[in-house]
Amino acid sequence: METIQAESNTLTAPEKTVTVSGSVALLEGLIAEGVDTIFGYPGGAIMPIYDALYDYTDKLKHILVRHEQGATHAAQGYARTSGHVGVAFATSGPGATNLVTGLADAQIDSTPMVCITGQVFAHLLGTDAFQETDVINITTPVTKWNYQITDATEIPSVLAKAFYIARSGRPGPVLIDITKNAQLQLFEYEGYTACEHIRSYRPKPNIRKEYIEQAAELINSAKKPFVLFGQGVLLGNAEAEFQAFIEKTGIPAAWTILGAGAIPTDHPLNVGMLGMHGNYGPNVQTNSCDVLIAIGMRFDDRVTGRLDKYAKQAKVIHLDIDPAEIDKNVKADVPVWGDCKETLPLLTALAEQKEHTEWLAEFRAYDKAEREAVIEKELNPGEGEMTMGEVLNKLNELTGGNAVIVTDVGQHQMVACRYARFNETRSNITSGGLGTMGFGLPAAIGAKFGAPDRTVVAIIGDGGFQMTCQELGTIMQSGVNVKILILNNRFLGMVRQWQQLFHDKRYSFVDITSPDFVKLADAYYIAGKKVTERDDLGNALKEMLDHDGSYLLEVMVAKENNVFPMVPQGSSVSEIRLK
Amino acid sequence: MSNSNETDNGKQEFTITAYTENRIGILNRIAIIFSRRKINIESLNTSPSEIEHIHRFNIVIHETEEVVSKLARQIEKQVEVLKVYYNRNEDIIWQEMALYKVPTDVIAEKVLVERLLRENGARVVVIRKDYTVFETTGHREETDKLIEVLQPYGLIEFVRSARVAIIKDSEGFNRKLREFERREPGEEVIENEYLDQPKNVFSM
Repeated sequence: METIQAESNTLTAPEKTVTVSGSVALLEGLIAEGVDTIFGYPGGAIMPIYDALYDYTDKLKHILVRHEQGATHAAQGYARTSGHVGVAFATSGPGATNLVTGLADAQIDSTPMVCITGQVFAHLLGTDAFQETDVINITTPVTKWNYQITDATEIPSVLAKAFYIARSGRPGPVLIDITKNAQLQLFEYEGYTACEHIRSYRPKPNIRKEYIEQAAELINSAKKPFVLFGQGVLLGNAEAEFQAFIEKTGIPAAWTILGAGAIPTDHPLNVGMLGMHGNYGPNVQTNSCDVLIAIGMRFDDRVTGRLDKYAKQAKVIHLDIDPAEIDKNVKADVPVWGDCKETLPLLTALAEQKEHTEWLAEFRAYDKAEREAVIEKELNPGEGEMTMGEVLNKLNELTGGNAVIVTDVGQHQMVACRYARFNETRSNITSGGLGTMGFGLPAAIGAKFGAPDRTVVAIIGDGGFQMTCQELGTIMQSGVNVKILILNNRFLGMVRQWQQLFHDKRYSFVDITSPDFVKLADAYYIAGKKVTERDDLGNALKEMLDHDGSYLLEVMVAKENNVFPMVPQGSSVSEIRLK
Repeated sequence: MSNSNETDNGKQEFTITAYTENRIGILNRIAIIFSRRKINIESLNTSPSEIEHIHRFNIVIHETEEVVSKLARQIEKQVEVLKVYYNRNEDIIWQEMALYKVPTDVIAEKVLVERLLRENGARVVVIRKDYTVFETTGHREETDKLIEVLQPYGLIEFVRSARVAIIKDSEGFNRKLREFERREPGEEVIENEYLDQPKNVFSM
């Protein structure tokens, strides 16, 4: 292997076969797939791969996380900002089981990720060997595809398949479990061939012209058309096609939290956020539009509220790359399956140039009502305890909407999604479908590696931060520049809010105490500050953003603030409450 | 013979046919699509199809058509599944095979074996001194009937296979497979063809 390393080129297409170990073939494959960063944690069953990695540090950057869950969330963050497949390494047994939360998160949020796990020697499979776990079966429900390799000769082709499956069609996580003997085994390596076709797998359904025509007809005759868009627009790299579509048709467009940023926040046709804590207008108008055009979104229950009272008056057009999403939750009158990067231009071509001035004005009226009832006092409370909204408002002023905002899960997440400004796509990194507390800090690390030239701000609650705060060690060791903004309300705020509203204020185990976060950061040699007074907020945020390197800013916010508007569970979207 | 078995809540028997790659783990991937939704699989058969390396699953469940169509799409979404169909009982020809082990002395002494075999379309597979094994194929009611007949004569053991079903209007899978193997599949490869006939499928 030394001779291989002496050459400057990789082994992607060796002129003749070379004898390499399975581990070397794996790393060569990763390089051929364009991987530059791996998030991982070594252990017994993956040691041959780590041994090979020792000679590849010039081509592959390995970020040592502090827990394998952190590796998956970092890989997710990396994938979400860069658009490339995130890669995580873990050992067998506990290393592999620690990946499950991140895999589930990536599966439900369609994040392209390839996880490599070590496994005990093939001859030990099924013997309850040390650190043996049935990783394939544990991860089957939370992966798009998984595979166990017991023979090194399979490594190049299976890896190629893994990357192809992870990134194509509706993206998702793939796990490859490699037994230790296969990592060690020497074999004749013939180079790496990327996978472009699997006969049983159709990443993109064939586009049906008749449905494009039917959809265009509905759109052209609509009086009150309404677009809902989700992450599919980003995943399809179809932001420009999407913008062209809404601008030609003049249709107001609202986003799911994973779709945020596909068009800029201040785009005149961007009417705001959908869902339980979304904006007033988009929720109410869902039940008064005549044609609902859903693009790359899956009608999650947090978006639809009560389904039997959801958009019953509207004709529904559903654009999705995954045919299983059509009619899953909301029946589509016109199912436009296909890659929206291809279907949107076809639709735009058939759509008439229009403006829906009066219809759009209705949204503005709702905006005004929401602004007066909720937004104004959230963003500019003036006196009393600080609100999460005013922190976001100040942050927007300082970043100008150019930062990547990574959030954890809970009240701060909803506030950040509602109020953060986004000028660019791939700027809102959040755990949408799974709602994984602890996602924020490791995801922010990955997000920064995926977008090294951008400012990355992790907005995290005091509860979620304590779930994965060991990743401060990863920040310390890797030197990655992440701005950590803890919004501390001394409560598990979202659960507390529900207990207040729906459980007679019986605050059952939501009162959470925290360590001194600034001291904790200091222990990891990360600069930090705590802000308790409104007057200090602006300067503290500026100091955080200007600081050369990572920084932790803890802001003490109101203890018992609620996120509004809110569609109570079991209610219709039009029954959204402003207080 | 119509066997819709339609019940009050709109559930009826459906047979799902899936063509898959012959891979370790695909059975689990398919099975958890049902178990995740707390749906029981009434009968499951998986065996090699007429095409090398491709397996054919027959899965029988009792559900509404809306649920079955969603399940079919979830199964077809799996990377190693090529195609999924679902059919009502009237759209398929199906059989189950059953084996019955009975004590030879009782049978020889007390039963008009020849008549029994003829009336139930059964045949003898093995005759030993101690026991005899009969075999019959048919629908569930038919194989059940022979249990009833043999029970008084000391039925020792009984086993029934899963359902195997042929789809009446299917043209087989050979031509479809060739399309799947092409990089740019033609019209022959139709995703979720039941979605193309929403009128036929989604009228509840």
